This record gives sequence, C-alpha cells and structure tokens, in this order.
Amino acid sequence: MATYLEFIQQNEERDGVRFSWNVWPSSRLEATRMVVPLDCLLTPLKERLDLPPVQYEPVLCSRPTCKAVLNPLCQVDYRAKLWACNFCFQRNQFPPAYAGISEVNQPAELMPQFSTIEYILQRGPQTSLIFLYVVDTCLEEEDLQALKESLQMSLSLLPPNALVGLITFGRMVQVHELSCEGISKSYVFRGTKDLTAKQIQDMLGLTKPAVPVQQGRPPQPQEQPVISSRFLQPVHKIDMNLTDLLGELQRDPWPVTQGKRPLRSTGVALSIAVGLLEGTFPNTGARIMLFTGGPPTQGPGMVVGDELKTPIRSWHDIEKDNARFMKKATKHYETLANRTAANGHCIDIYACALDQTGLLEMKCCANLTGGYMVMGDSFNTSLFKQTFQRVFSKDFNGEFRMAFGATLEVKTSRELKIAGAIGPCISLNAKGPCVSENEFGVGGTCQWKICSLDPSSTLAVYFEVVNQHNAPIPQCGRGAVQFVTQYQHSSTQRRIRVTTVARNWADAQSQLQHIEAAFDQEAAAVLMARLGVYRAESEEGPDVLRWLDRQLIRLCQKFGQYNKDDPNSFRLSDSFSLYPQFMFHLRRSPFLQVFNNSPDESSYYRHHFARQDLTQSLIMIQPILYSYSFYGPPEPVLLDSSSILADRILLMDTFFQIVIYLGETIAQWRKAGYQDMPEYENFKHLLQAPLDDAQEILQTRFPMPRYINTEHGGSQARFLLSKVNPSQTHNNLYAWGQVSNGIATAVWGRKEVHIQSPIHISPFCLLFNYLALDIYAIALSSTWTSTAITKLPVWKP
Amino acid sequence: MCPFMQFIEGGRKYQCGFCNCVNDVLPFYFQHLDHIGRRVDHYERPELSLGSYEYVATLDYCRNNKPPQPPAYIFMIDVSYSNIKSGLVKLICDELKTVLDRLPREEHEEASAIRVGFVTYNKVLHFFNVKSNLAQPQMMVVSDVGEVFVPLLDGFLVNFQESRSVINNLLDQIPEMFADTNESETVFAPVIQAGMEALKAAECAGKLFIFHSSLPTAEAPGKLKNRDDKKLVNTDKEKTLFQPQTNFYETLAKDCVASGCCVDLFLFPNQYVDVASMGIVTMHTGGTLYKYNNFQVHSDNHQFLNDLKKDIEKRIGFDAIMRVRTSTGFRATDFFGAIYMNNTTDVEMAVVDCDKAVTVEFKHDDKLNEDSGALIQCAVLYTSLGGERRLRIHNIGLNCSSQLADVYKSCETDALTNFFAKSAFKAILSQPLKTVREILVNQTARMLACYRKNCASPSAVSQLILPDAMKVLPVYMNSLLKNCVLVGRPEIPMDERAFHRQAILAMDVADSQLFFYPQLLPVHTTDAKSDAFPSAVRCSEERLSEGGVFFLADGLHMFLWLGVNAPPELIQGIFNVPSFAHISTESTQLPELENPYSKKIRSIIDQIQSKRPYTMKLVIVKQREQPEMVFRQFLMEDKSVYGGVSYVDFLCCVNKEICQLLN
Repeated sequence: MATYLEFIQQNEERDGVRFSWNVWPSSRLEATRMVVPLDCLLTPLKERLDLPPVQYEPVLCSRPTCKAVLNPLCQVDYRAKLWACNFCFQRNQFPPAYAGISEVNQPAELMPQFSTIEYILQRGPQTSLIFLYVVDTCLEEEDLQALKESLQMSLSLLPPNALVGLITFGRMVQVHELSCEGISKSYVFRGTKDLTAKQIQDMLGLTKPAVPVQQGRPPQPQEQPVISSRFLQPVHKIDMNLTDLLGELQRDPWPVTQGKRPLRSTGVALSIAVGLLEGTFPNTGARIMLFTGGPPTQGPGMVVGDELKTPIRSWHDIEKDNARFMKKATKHYETLANRTAANGHCIDIYACALDQTGLLEMKCCANLTGGYMVMGDSFNTSLFKQTFQRVFSKDFNGEFRMAFGATLEVKTSRELKIAGAIGPCISLNAKGPCVSENEFGVGGTCQWKICSLDPSSTLAVYFEVVNQHNAPIPQCGRGAVQFVTQYQHSSTQRRIRVTTVARNWADAQSQLQHIEAAFDQEAAAVLMARLGVYRAESEEGPDVLRWLDRQLIRLCQKFGQYNKDDPNSFRLSDSFSLYPQFMFHLRRSPFLQVFNNSPDESSYYRHHFARQDLTQSLIMIQPILYSYSFYGPPEPVLLDSSSILADRILLMDTFFQIVIYLGETIAQWRKAGYQDMPEYENFKHLLQAPLDDAQEILQTRFPMPRYINTEHGGSQARFLLSKVNPSQTHNNLYAWGQVSNGIATAVWGRKEVHIQSPIHISPFCLLFNYLALDIYAIALSSTWTSTAITKLPVWKP
Repeated sequence: MCPFMQFIEGGRKYQCGFCNCVNDVLPFYFQHLDHIGRRVDHYERPELSLGSYEYVATLDYCRNNKPPQPPAYIFMIDVSYSNIKSGLVKLICDELKTVLDRLPREEHEEASAIRVGFVTYNKVLHFFNVKSNLAQPQMMVVSDVGEVFVPLLDGFLVNFQESRSVINNLLDQIPEMFADTNESETVFAPVIQAGMEALKAAECAGKLFIFHSSLPTAEAPGKLKNRDDKKLVNTDKEKTLFQPQTNFYETLAKDCVASGCCVDLFLFPNQYVDVASMGIVTMHTGGTLYKYNNFQVHSDNHQFLNDLKKDIEKRIGFDAIMRVRTSTGFRATDFFGAIYMNNTTDVEMAVVDCDKAVTVEFKHDDKLNEDSGALIQCAVLYTSLGGERRLRIHNIGLNCSSQLADVYKSCETDALTNFFAKSAFKAILSQPLKTVREILVNQTARMLACYRKNCASPSAVSQLILPDAMKVLPVYMNSLLKNCVLVGRPEIPMDERAFHRQAILAMDVADSQLFFYPQLLPVHTTDAKSDAFPSAVRCSEERLSEGGVFFLADGLHMFLWLGVNAPPELIQGIFNVPSFAHISTESTQLPELENPYSKKIRSIIDQIQSKRPYTMKLVIVKQREQPEMVFRQFLMEDKSVYGGVSYVDFLCCVNKEICQLLN
C-alpha cells in the first residue's frame, strides 16, 4: 500500500486538493478534539497537462437544492440508465445523449481517473478579454519612461483581440479615447470629486449606445451589441496609436511646490475605471491594472495629505488611532472592490515607490477581486519589469495563465458542512443545506466569486463535521466533497472544472492511529496560518499569536506521546514532526509580526500569502535554506544561525527574497580571486551553483523576488540574519543580549518587541519543555533553544 | 495729483481742489513756485498741466500685489449640430487662422503679449492642448458640466506665434472632428465658468470669445427654458422678460468681474435664445454682444467676420476699476454702461474698450461755488495689453452759474439723450414700461416748461418754445419712445429688444445720437466726383423720392433705398446691372466696381462704418416692396408701424403737457 505521503501527493497532482486530515473523524465532537479543523487547500485551476477538456455540458443532479455534477463516485445503473447522486441520493435519469453508455463504454466523468474533469460550455457570448491600464503620471521622469516602455511592450503580449483601454491620472483623471484618428482625445475628470457609476457613464457618453464611427467597414447587424466602446479597443487595431499615445505621455503638468507631494487622484481614477467597465462590460473578464508611484493625496481614497512634513501612517499611528484618512480611504476602496467583484472584474495594483503607496487601504481591491499586487522600489527595476511581463505568461498550450469571473461552488456529503473559505474571493451569499453556521474566513455561503485566478491561485476551504457522536457512520463509509468552478478561460470560453474527492471516515476513539497517520502537516500548517493571518487583519497581533500557541499546545497534547515530568520522553509521530517548527516560524513571519514592516509591506505579504499554493505558502512561512559546500551536493539545512558557517554558501528563499550568502572563508577566497585561477576551478563552480539555482527560482516565481547577493559582514546579510533562528546566543551561554559573536549580535539586533508577559504562559508550559520548545524563549524572544535544534527534522519542499 | 491742486507755502504744501484738504508735499516731489504761484516744473509734469494723463501703477495697485500676467483670449466655439451644419464653425476656424496674427499689442512692442486658448463645446466642453512642442493638438473632454474645471494648465494658453503650426492644425481639424455630430443641445454657463477658471488658474485677466447659437437647454447650471411669452408683453410683468431667468448668471457675472474675465458673445440664433439671460454676463463684464439672426454663411459672413476682426484687434484695457471724484457740492450718484457695481462708488469693468462709454449721473448735494466751479476727476486703473498695470486720469473743471438761462444754453442734447435712454433702459427692469414712458414724456415736458417759465420771453401759452440748445430734444425723445425696447408689441421679438437694450447701455454719445436719429443720405444728388460727404436729410418719408437713391445707417443697421425711378446710370454704376428690376435684394455687399458712383457710395459706407463699433449689414430695399416696411421704421419723424407717433404729433403732445404744467 502506498504511504500517505504518496497518496497526498497523488491527490494534489490530480485534483489540486490537500486536506489537513485524509481520514476524517466521524463525529462533530471528535473532530473538534482534533484541534486542527477539517479543511483543505484547493487550487481550482491547477495546471494539468493530461486533462483534455470535454466539449459537452456536465450532467447535474435534478434535485434543485443539490445540482451536484455527475462524478465517478456516483452509483450508476447502466441498464436502467439511472444514476444516484452521491450527495443527496436522488436517483436521476441520464439525458438522452447518454443512451449508449454501459460498463465498458463509460463517459469520461464516470471514470475514476477523472475525479477532476473540465467541461467547455458552448453557450454564452464570447467576448474578448479586457485590459484597462490606469497609469499614474506623478512619477519621476525616469520611472515614467520605464513604465511607458513596459506598457508599450505589454501590448505585444496581449492577445490580439483583447480590448485595451487607458486611463491616466495625476491631479486630474484622463480617460483616453482610443478610436479617433488624428487628434488625441481624452475625457478629463476632477480628481477630488467622487462620482457615481451613473454619472461616470453619463459623462463618458456611455449611456446611449455609442454610434460606431468606423468607416469603410460593412455595417454590422444591429442586434449584435456594440462590443467596442470608444475607450476600449482591440489591441490589434490600435496598438500603433496606443504606443504613440503612451510615448507622448507627459508627467503630470501641474506644478508641485516645495515641501508638497504631487496631487494624485488614485481614488477617483480607480472609481472611473470601475465605472467605465461596469457600464460597458459587466460580467466579462477584465483586468484593471493600476500602476502607481505614490500614495493617493487627494479626493476620495486619499491616504495622506500633500504636505511632505506629515509622513504617511505607520503601524504606530494606526495603533494610536492617528491615521486620519485610513478608515475613509479603506471604505472607498472596499466599496470599489465590491463593485468590481460584483461585475466580475479584477484590479491589479503595481505600486512602485520607495515610500508607502497606500497598499494597506487599497489591498481589498486586489484581495477581493483576485487581482495581483506587486510592490517594488521603482518601475525602472527588473523586479517590476519581469513581474509585469510574467502576468502575460502562457502555459504549455500557449494559453494565458489567467482566468476570469470564476464562481466556486462546494458541495458536501451530509455529514459535512462548509464553514468558509480564505483566498482571493468574495462570498456570493448562497445559503444552502451544506452551509455551516460557524464561520471560518469568508463563510455563510457555499459559493464564492473569484474574479481572477491563475493556475496557482489557491483557496483554503474550511469544513465542519456535523455528524453526531451517537449516529455512527458505517465502517468504510466515505465522505465526499465536490468543487465546481465555473470560469472564463483566457481563450474566452466558458468552462467548468469539477473536482470530486472522497475520504474515509474513521472512529477517532478506536482508529486514532489511522487519522493520525493521515494527517497532512504541511497543509494543516498553511491552513492554520491562513486562519491566523485572516484573524490578524481584524484582531490585535498578540491575540492571534496566543491563539496559535494554544492550538499548537493542544495539538501536541493530543497527539504527542510523553511521560509526565519527563521532557526527554516527548515524541511526535512523523506526520506531526514538522508542524511545531512551521508554527514557530509563522509566529515570527511578517504575516503576523508587524514590527519592522510598514503597513503597506504587511498588506503586501499577507496578500500573497492568501493566494499562493501550498509549497509557496510554506516557503513564505518557513524560508528554505540550502547550503553549498565542497563536502557534497547542496543540501537543505535548518533555518538556524547554527547553519551559518564560514566555509558554506547559503541560498535562502523566503518567497519575497532570494538571498545568497557567502560564508566568511568563502568571501575571503572570492576576494582573493581564487575563482579566476584555473587550479581552483571547483571553487568557481561552487560559487556559480547557488547563482544558477537562484536564477531558476527568479525565472519562474510571480512576483519576482528581490534578489540579494551578499556575504559575511555585508549590510544586506541582515535579510538572512533576520530570518534564522538565533539559537547561537543560548549555545554560548552568555547572558541575554550580550555580545558573543557577530551573528548573534546581528540576530539579537532584530529581537521582536512583542513580548508577552509570563502571566499568559499557559499551564502547558511543561508540555512545551517536552516539546523541546523553551516556553520562555518563545514568550520572550521567539527563539529556540539549541537543545531543540539537534532534534529538529529539516523540512524539504 | 492733478491740475486742480493748489500749491501753497512756497511749494511745501498743496491744497486739494476736491476736498480742500491741505497736504504736505513729499520731499522728492518738492519744487519751487514761480511768481504766479505755479510750480516751476508746471509744464514738464503732465499731471500738473494736462487734463488726461496716465501713470504706470505701482505694485500696490495690482491684484495680490503681484505684477499682472499678460492677458489671454480664449475662443470658445459651439460645435453643436446647427453650427456645424451652417458652416459657421468652419468659417470661424478659417478666420481665426489669419486674424490671430493681428492681436493687439503695445505700440513699442513687436509682438502681442496676449496668449490664446481654444475650447469647443456642445453638451460637454473640449479643451485643447496646443503646446508648441506637440506634433498634434490634444483634446481633453470635460463632461462634468455641473462643476466645471480646467483640465490642463500648461499648453492651454499659448503664444500664437510659437504654437502657430499646432493651432493651425487644430483649427483645420475642428470642423472635421465634429462633422458628423448630432448633438444639438448645448450648455452655456459652464462654458463661461470654464473660461473664467482657466484665466484664474493662469492668474491673468482676459477675454472670452464665445460663439453660440442656441438656447442652452442641456442639463447644467444656467440651463434656460424658452420663456418667450408674448402674453406678458404690455403687462406689469413685462419687465421680467428683460431680467435674467435665474440669478445664476448675475452671480457668474460678479465672479467674472472679480477675476477680470470679460465675455464677448457672438450669438447666431435661429429662434428665441433669451438674450436677456445670456447677455447679462457680457453686459456686466464690459463685453460686447453681437447677434446675427438666422445666420447664413454666404450673406452674413462679411458682417460677422468684420465684427470678429474688429473685436480681436480692438485696443482694450483689462481688469479695470473706475472711480469718479467730484469737488464739494455735488457727487456722482448713478452709473450706466457695460459695468459692474459692487458698491456705490467703484465701477468695475473686466474689460474696457474704446467703444464703451459709461454715463454718470451727478446730483447736487450742496451749493456749488460759482468761483471755483465744479471739478470732476475720473481715474481708471487697468491692465494694458502688454500686461502692465496703469492708472489713467481724466480731469475736467466746469463752470457754475446761478442763471438758468446759461445752464440751458450750455446744454448738450446728444448727451442728454444718451443719459435718458440709458436711465430709461435701466428703469424697465424695475418698473412697468408704461410708467417709464410716462416719466420720459413728463421729464421732457418739465424741462421745457421750466425753460419757458424761467428763461423764455413771454408769449402765447399755446406756443411751443424750445431753448436753442435743446431744439432737437423732442425728436430724440420721440425716437427713444419709439425704440423697440420701450414699445411693447408682440410682433417685436423679445431677443431683439433685449439686444438693443444691451447695446445702447454701452454706447457712447456719438453712437447713441446716430442710433436714435439715423443718417439718411441722398445718394442720387451727390456729386460722385467730389470728395464731399453728402449732407444728411431728415428722416421722413417726405424726403424720399421715387427717382432717388438713399442710404440710411443707425450704427446697427444699414439700408440702401432705391426709388422705383432711380437713375439707371446710378444703378448701372453701383450694381452693374442694367435696370431697377435686375437688382438683387439678396446681396449684402455692393460689388466693387471701378466707376465713380460705385467708389463714391462705397467710400460713404466705409466712412460711416469705420466709426461704428458694430459692423452693419447692408440691406438693399426697393421702393414698394415688402422689406420697405422694415426700412420705414428707421424714418424717425414718421408714424411708426408699431404705433409710435410722428414727430409733429409728439410735439403737440409735449406742448399739451407743458401747458398743463404751466397752468
């Protein structure tokens, strides 16, 4: 029999689903005792090379409250041409087209290997994808130039029939008309006045059907709606015009006096972009791409005033309730985000500036609509340029890795209910029999809208076992979950992907070891982390940490084996061994710690954490560290200061940063130029190896990470030192905070300030000792003792 | 400082002629006095020796204490369906290309400092970026007419010479750009607001040239509805027709004046456009209102283009403020003209040009001194074409007399007419037409009765005696009473009345004189070879003859009347057609022919035209044809078709009044 690890991997590859528990506790009571809830990570559009879509429509269960899709778990009576829904047990007649089926002639959706299947729908009008650029012109000349070039370049990457539009903003907002010949024409709006969608459409002349001004073309039949408005035109028709127009874009011409920020009307610009698409193309795939080089400084959605002497809000200001504009601005962007989501459009934010740009306030625009959020220092960096290009990357079939206007519907067996989802989605408020009253994340619904998603977009879906303790499930019973994702493919087809999965039930009292063995600690860590991060958005940081600690302690208590008062007897089985480590690093991660991060950075990190797939999420929680040396092939090492050795090169991947760190000796050798000497060619190879590996990551990751190449004693080494567990301070038996060696100093220099008072130490501190987690260390400095280090398993992605 | 200041104490002090206050002479201004008590430098200093002179004002006299920016002209063209269709837009654009080369400039400067900007509009506003470094002009549409703003700063107001190619490009494209428009609704107030905001943003004074054709019915501030209600004519409510529909425009006018923004309005109406509402901004900002009814490009282009040319080339002062000071005993109490009064003493004018006159009413508030006379000083602070702040001072000293006969002798009837017309036209806003008319007749009678009572030698009671200087007063008064503004007849379009009212309120004495008593020139009796100007004849039908050709002009209209038996050689000479029957009355211009008759009549027309602010459209009228009716209204001494009395009847009526007063 395959191990659970293999089983989990297979399932992930086939269905894009990772459950925290792969054998399910059979009653509500038992499930709550498992500490980690029953939940899963779902990558709805996971790239599948071996999944040819079928060209017909799915067969649905006829019960109006169910409407589950026919799947391999259904019982089929081939003779009577009937099938029983495995969710509601309704017996359904096959449609006439299925008259020829038999045991040997099964339709694809009944074959077990097609637990995930994709249907292409033929109905519905096919509309082109829409890309609306919203460009800030209050940039430095150099930045604007770089941005202009990137945008011009992007025109060649768009699908040729895609519609493209351009809005620029500074003090005013200009909506550029793209169809006209000769004179360039734009509609201008005041940057301080918020307009309703209706007003915007009136002012843009969109309320009346635009009279097509295309001459020399045969008149189109009137019943077809005029698909192209003056502001959105097919790329192939106007790419020359638009290239020129972009080329002529000037910096915002309004004078900015000394000591002032330029007036930037981001709020109104976005509002107009949303209104424009709302009026012209509701419910068709569209991306609003906002490029901004600074914070909004006027009008609705302003984040900071134009006086340079008042800095933009920090976490400190927010805690002190000193962020004047934050609430109003957030509300403005939230309203916009919700409208956008209701229209099925998405908003990307590309913010490049050295200071904050208001991502904290604007985050919901990207978070609720599934848009991207990219943060950089300047548009003139490869980080932005490469990342932006990657938005338009294509898969093996030459299709864009983007999908639009998706709805995810989840159906469950009767014993399960849906508690919520966390990811780039909004609730569709679809109540149903399988919706739980308890909410985890975005709950109270069994349907969510995901306005934009790519093959790696991953949602966390939380369930609740509702089966009562006294209503046992028969042995070998299986619980099933069906995910139905309807979306607009980048080829503009409407598609439906259906994934149906089932797991065994087990009685937690008699079969705990089965449940335990089927625990997916990686998935569980990410799912718990998502819950934690989700809570951190609305709750105080320390509360969340305390909650996480408590969960961890409870889990260890439940599944750890130990003899009372004997720390060394504590054992966790293999399937749990990495979990405490993940939680440790999660506590220190920027997702939960705001110290040393600006509100914008926190928003940015959290945004990516809430949408990436399992592997990437784990890298974010616990960065991976590879060590390169002469002693063998590169190997993953503990993210601990003990791994920093003089004769090693380290490659750290934190998802957002790639750090290459040369140990002291290596750095000296390189300085001495050994790599250029033919007799030390192996040193040259050693130096090159991490560079090559880093390149590989840089090539594929979205957004492109910050690439840092540093060495022992370099100032950039802080990126590494801030992440590793500073165990060496204990090892050296020096008192707290005393200088022992360079590394320890550096590490202690970044000691977190969120110190919990010992009063909150739970009665399970003893347990923590068993766990080899020094509770005082956790509580006071978030470090691990060295005694633990040697015992810790190394996580390999 | 003016010639009325009396230097005393050896030149160390001076006494103000107006208030008699004694002031110290500042050291830098000190000069010794000669033997008759005059300063030694009397003739070297204009302010001591001349009646009118001009100062370059110091920063204290400038807005915000900053030297003013050169002014700007903004051309705002209505590109709605009717204007495109009639070819007007193309006409304007073509003309602007050449006429912008002739923007007025200071004498000593080579090029005009005035910057130009362009806006087109229908229901929304289109601004144009015509920055010189652009290959193509850029158009920016502002559709938020509810709260209009200027979308660009840099590149909107430009120097024409620098941006010539971009501007020409733009002017070429405008007619094409809107060629297939079907937008017929327009806005109006937001257009003015936009222009004003643009000038404000550029921190300069300036003038808007608005070319507009229809009632602004689109949803926007200052939206107007058609209220041409014939039923109100001749009722107490008639005055409301002369008032703007909403007070929005008055507020707007105030704002415009405050920011030194003048509005020149060229109207091309095909139907009622509510001149009373639309024109009010123009009137209060010192602008000129031009109106071309049923504009046809082929027949009216000459008139319009000349007006436009003249208006652009006109020498004007911007952002002006005038104050009239008097010596003790009397004071200025009322001001009439294309002005805005924020308080009772300061006359504010966004723009003042050479054709605008302000009529000032003075009243006694004390006894005047016969020895010192009455002194009047008028000071106008304005920004010149080149953007220089200047102060122009006019001084006049008048004699006083206790003899009424002397007063009557020195009276100037033309000025009186101007005053009566303006005050009457102002009064109709608040009083019923009938009352105003009665007051006018009454005042005429009282003036004459007063003369008769106090000055004239005794004679029969029924005999009408007119003072020498006032002998034409009754004919002017009659003409004023017959003017369409004061005649409530449903046949007369309300717009026409409002237009006349507005035009006359801004007129100077010479213009109003001509307007109320048109020049009627017999052409047929003029010696074509001599340079002499024909002498005018009285405006009465009796003077016309079947064999004659007469020319009539009143400053707004111009007619060539042809008797049925007009001399054929004259007709041949002027029109180059063989006979009376061949003459086309369609034409609005005389053909340029190389013969004495043609040259003569054209020179007469040119001479009359050159002195008048408005270009007159020539109407050729044949005797006994329908259009003659229009012409006859201008024969002031005759009975008018709209019920105005003839001169003789009016004299009788006035005489009756006088008799009553004397008894």
